[in-house]
Amino acid sequence: MNVLLAATAALLFACGTWLVTTRQLSRIVLGIGLLGHGANLLLLLAGRRGSAPVFGTSDPEGFADPLPQALGLTAIVITFGVTLFLLAMAYRSWQLTGRDEVEDDFEDRFVAANTADAAEVDDEEHAVHAIEQEEGA
Amino acid sequence: MTALVVLPILLPLLGAGLSILIGRRALGQRTLSVAVLATIVTLAAVLLVRVDRDGPVVVQAGGWPAPFGISLVADRFAAIMVLVSSAMLLAVMLYAIGQGGVERERVGFHPVYLVLGAGVCLAFLTGDLFTLYVAFEVMLVASYVLITMGGRADQIRAGMTYVVISLIASALFVVALAFVYSATGTINMADLAGKMAELSPGVRTGLSLLLLAVFGVKAALFPLFFWLPDSYPTAPGPVTAIFAGLLTKVGVYAIIRSQLLLFPPDTFPGGLLLVVAGLTMAIGVFGALAQDDVKRILSFHIVSQIGYMVMGLGLYTLAGLAGAVFYIVHHIVVKTALFLMAGLIERRGGSSRLREVGGFVRSAPVLALLFALPALSLAGLPPFSGFVAKFALVQAAIGESQWPILVVSLAVSLLTMLSMTKIWAGVFWYDADDTLVREPDPNERLGGPPLMVFATAAVVLVSVAVMVAAAPLYALAERTAADLLNPAGYVEAVLGTGAGGGAP
Amino acid sequence: MRRSLIADASVTFLFHGIIVVSLYLLFVGHNQPGGGFVGGLVAGSALALKFVVGGAASVRSAVRVPPWVILGAGLVVASVTALVPVLLGHAVLDHAAFEWKLPLLGKVKATTALPFDIGVYLVVVGLSLTALEAFGDDAESQEAEA
Repeated sequence: MNVLLAATAALLFACGTWLVTTRQLSRIVLGIGLLGHGANLLLLLAGRRGSAPVFGTSDPEGFADPLPQALGLTAIVITFGVTLFLLAMAYRSWQLTGRDEVEDDFEDRFVAANTADAAEVDDEEHAVHAIEQEEGA
Repeated sequence: MTALVVLPILLPLLGAGLSILIGRRALGQRTLSVAVLATIVTLAAVLLVRVDRDGPVVVQAGGWPAPFGISLVADRFAAIMVLVSSAMLLAVMLYAIGQGGVERERVGFHPVYLVLGAGVCLAFLTGDLFTLYVAFEVMLVASYVLITMGGRADQIRAGMTYVVISLIASALFVVALAFVYSATGTINMADLAGKMAELSPGVRTGLSLLLLAVFGVKAALFPLFFWLPDSYPTAPGPVTAIFAGLLTKVGVYAIIRSQLLLFPPDTFPGGLLLVVAGLTMAIGVFGALAQDDVKRILSFHIVSQIGYMVMGLGLYTLAGLAGAVFYIVHHIVVKTALFLMAGLIERRGGSSRLREVGGFVRSAPVLALLFALPALSLAGLPPFSGFVAKFALVQAAIGESQWPILVVSLAVSLLTMLSMTKIWAGVFWYDADDTLVREPDPNERLGGPPLMVFATAAVVLVSVAVMVAAAPLYALAERTAADLLNPAGYVEAVLGTGAGGGAP
Repeated sequence: MRRSLIADASVTFLFHGIIVVSLYLLFVGHNQPGGGFVGGLVAGSALALKFVVGGAASVRSAVRVPPWVILGAGLVVASVTALVPVLLGHAVLDHAAFEWKLPLLGKVKATTALPFDIGVYLVVVGLSLTALEAFGDDAESQEAEA
């Protein structure tokens, strides 16, 4: 059983990692969700298994370790909240750009352009400024 | 006494709640935030004095004894960090009020900022690995909101990188917690200190490296730093300043705390840390040299400076650690000052690009002075606080005969000077290359709104105070380092009698 | 927005029941499974059901207080509860238990953990409302545009 759950966590991590490396924001959000689930599952696996740890329902000797469950619950809540925020950001990005993709960093291009020929620099600079102003508008 | 440890965490949360209820009444929100932060600064100062005199203060939340409940621990290191951080939080809050902008337009700014403060204080004061995770999340969630406040396209783009990277690191942190718990059966740091020693060296090294990677992302260590110079400059001025001053240092604090408290010395990855420190310094400063924007140059310098702190830890001697602690204090103050300055430059010139602003030394001499002091300090020129910090680290490296890291740190120091000179020349000394984006307002004789300049000047004054009081502060740093190298006092304070691995 | 009669009627029927269950979970939380967080989530799901059938307007008519007021009040209640024992000289979050004999209800046991739970409950409900408010309005206005 534990091996099965550990394998599930591994699978979640594998899928999550793959999704995070793609360029579409919606996939990245899903990937982060899967990574979070994998981590939370591992946290649950860290404790002893047994019956529900509610006092008075069964023998305390056979209780599952409640601490990882409490920690897991907290971690799940945090994952949930943060995923919500990430979705909101992806939505805002889609509203602003109309694309579901991670945008390039203009400043990086600008710095890269400074190392090119002097003539090219001016062109590139104007292009970057034009793009920035467009964005600012 | 216990209230001193608890209030820095609870007061900002209470303030955040009240601030939400006050809503759009700007004056009320401002008064509340300033009052809360000023109270915390006072409390933190008292706490530091008490802790330095009487030893660590421990609070067991809910009255549950140590390895079972959540412990809050204030030792010298934590108290120093809380004091410096809360002072910076207060100064930046004043600056934000002076600037208006994001602070005035968004009702959410004050509550979220206070929540950030609560998260930072909790991260320093917690004695429990899982609470550290929660503190990181509280702090990071608040920072996600602050960095994207405004919702501009470039903020969302940069914020996206920042949030995704932080979330991956958080997932790894949870994995590390799961491994630590299944290996030892506890997450109380003092309890772990005893139980880690019973594990096999292989498992221990694995856990130690996993935690190092997690905190390395937060602290922007090489090779996990790439998100920082990309995301910080897009946030509103005061937000960038507080991020630059505090957030990465919380990561450094967690690295120092976890490596020294949890793991016994025999598996300490000193060599690895020194290599990472050297690369972090060098890559950061080279990145800064290539940039053409004040905020981006300074952001790359954060990365570079983190290397010095980790260098102190990697040396693993009393002198090295004392240097690192002193360096963290110096760095938080100086970096906040420089970023506040960058905000003033941007406000006055309409841009923070070197070629688009210029001639400030004539039009705004006050700003030039306020930039020059922390800039020289950052570069490590005597007699500024940066010189004291770097001198301590260099001496520690000589003491350990670590020549490669010594050469790298001195070379990086020179390059930092070069890059500060570049800002000085571009912004203050020469006129702008291109046409000015905005003609500076000649009526502003200080160079900006009085409250903004006042807040910046206050932070610069604190950095001067660090320089003037270098001798007692360095003695305090040495006492802190001695505590850190010998965690038995910490463990005993948390677990009660019978130091080390008090099994339940 | 097209409304489904079946969903509409059943949510009207269910809504108050779910709120009662959420309050039950809130109050038993000290000794049995439940508590402020779970109770808050259940109440939040009831509000989400309202949103699904009637949109943001029907959620607003169900809860007339602005979401951030609930959120802020919850935060204040929870942090004050954590603070009080500190000011009385006990450890933070420390709690005490009381027992009263009340007419009709008989013996009632309450702990000072309850106000903390109520604070958490309010924060969770406030957060769900804020989320519905923030995302809900956009969806509606876009439908109106389309």
